[in-house]
Amino acid sequence: MVTSRLRSLFLLSAVVAFGCGSPPAEQPAPAPAGKSVDPSTAHAVSGRVIFKGKAPAREVIKMSSDPSCATGSGQKPLSDAVLVAADGALQNAFVYIKDGLDPAYTFAAPSAPVVLDQKGCFFVPRVMGLRVGQPLEMANTDPTFHNIHALPKQNREFNHGLAPGIPPMRHTFTTPEVMVRFKCDVHGWMAAHIGVMAHPFFAVTAADGTFSFSGVPPGTYTVDAWHEVFGTQTARVTVGAGESSPLSFSFGGT
Amino acid sequence: MIWLHRYARLLVAATLLLVAAGGMVTSTNSGLSVPDWPTTYGYHMFSFPLSGMVGGIFYEHGHRLIASVVGMLTIGLVIFLWRAESRAWVRRLGWLALAAVIVQGTLGGLTVLFFLPDAISITHAGLAQIFFCLTISVALVTSTGWRRPAAPPVDDELLGRRAVALTVAVYCQILLGATMRHTGAGLAIPDFPLSYGRLIPPFWNPAIAIHFAHRLGALVVATLVLAVVWRILTQHRSRPELARPAWFLLAAVAGQITLGAFVVLTGKNEIVNTLHVAMGAIVLGTSLFLALRAFRVRLDQPSTAPLGSLSHAKPHRAHQA
Repeated sequence: MVTSRLRSLFLLSAVVAFGCGSPPAEQPAPAPAGKSVDPSTAHAVSGRVIFKGKAPAREVIKMSSDPSCATGSGQKPLSDAVLVAADGALQNAFVYIKDGLDPAYTFAAPSAPVVLDQKGCFFVPRVMGLRVGQPLEMANTDPTFHNIHALPKQNREFNHGLAPGIPPMRHTFTTPEVMVRFKCDVHGWMAAHIGVMAHPFFAVTAADGTFSFSGVPPGTYTVDAWHEVFGTQTARVTVGAGESSPLSFSFGGT
Repeated sequence: MIWLHRYARLLVAATLLLVAAGGMVTSTNSGLSVPDWPTTYGYHMFSFPLSGMVGGIFYEHGHRLIASVVGMLTIGLVIFLWRAESRAWVRRLGWLALAAVIVQGTLGGLTVLFFLPDAISITHAGLAQIFFCLTISVALVTSTGWRRPAAPPVDDELLGRRAVALTVAVYCQILLGATMRHTGAGLAIPDFPLSYGRLIPPFWNPAIAIHFAHRLGALVVATLVLAVVWRILTQHRSRPELARPAWFLLAAVAGQITLGAFVVLTGKNEIVNTLHVAMGAIVLGTSLFLALRAFRVRLDQPSTAPLGSLSHAKPHRAHQA
């Protein structure tokens, strides 16, 4: 394994030496130093995301190309791209403060990793957020081969093989980006989306469509709700000293 | 010599299979399902477990395995030519094929390591066809029919020019097709035979332009095929070495256009897409075959003793139309 990696590294070095070029090595974000949020004046921003109208039917996924996926995911595994509850609650929408935050604020990135697992031949979770400089731990708990292929536009693209049983791999993003798409090229139906954030004010909607992020300093903000199929909705919210009104996002509308 | 020719034919068949396997890789978007190269998930290529040949890995790793076989067969061809072939230019064709297959393998690896950049992927697709043409050339010129023709070789400059023009046109058309595939323009025009309900697309972007150029390219190729086949059937109908491939070419190009239509109408069905790629190679190979046959007189003098007694045979000249 080590020998083969060295071989690939040698090849890559040779290509770089001959001028084909390669992306620069990614470095973690520098430690922040600046204004911090006063907890006594901060408040949570919460709300709910719903889908109005008839939600698209969940697609049945054909997993016959990999017997271990087919046996591990039941008879008719359904796509998790659109999850709408009976009351219209929309799961897996990524809600975040897009604009309005004082740029003087700085936020230390957590050192604890967030985990993106490949389980049952799905990415778990499908939608998540993490911070610039925070480690992303990529695992494969399936008994089959997966690859994890990130397709960012602002950060560096990468593609790692995750053979069954190997330890998780880590990656750190250097630039904020909403959203970074992930896919497994072995199993074409597998997709995930990660919001890479410079601040901690983001959340992913739960099965009941609700979201909440806390510690937001007073101010007026632009908040976006992003969904991989339905697109983006925008709202404005004002957080006073210790208060804010709940936000409501609505997709669909037919 | 017969075994050299048979060996070369085996290489042609293996290369066509490799082209089709490559078509399956792109048709199923499996190109990056094995992220490392030359290893496969850290395994040596030949020790990767069969149980791991699932999903996209089946296509990508399978393509690499077939490519390895083709590479080894090419090394074998060079050795075979070195030992059994007296014509230096034919031996050089073998070396050229070996160089092409080495560069091709490297391009295949680089396109994986650099996440399928269009330029490398399209070059990989284009070089595959050149390698295929080299194997066909070696197979043809080592055949008994080439070395010891049953009748004086045809000397028809017009046919030769048309066949060369056709071969170049088919190759350009394949490059356009590869560009279309690798830039995701395969369904940029979603209807067929019209384009958004009209003969000419009512609006344009780069994807539509590439797609429409490929359709126009098909018309050019079809016209040239008719010109070549017409020339053969009117001037050399009694020459089976030309008439048979001409009929085959006619059928192949008709099949290829039909497949192209079904690629669009089926929303890029993987099998149809792959057959379209493979049939493109067959049309190119047949065009080259006819071009070489048409230029037989200029390319290579018939073998003198001990291979044949036709070295003094006069070429069969066509009536100039």
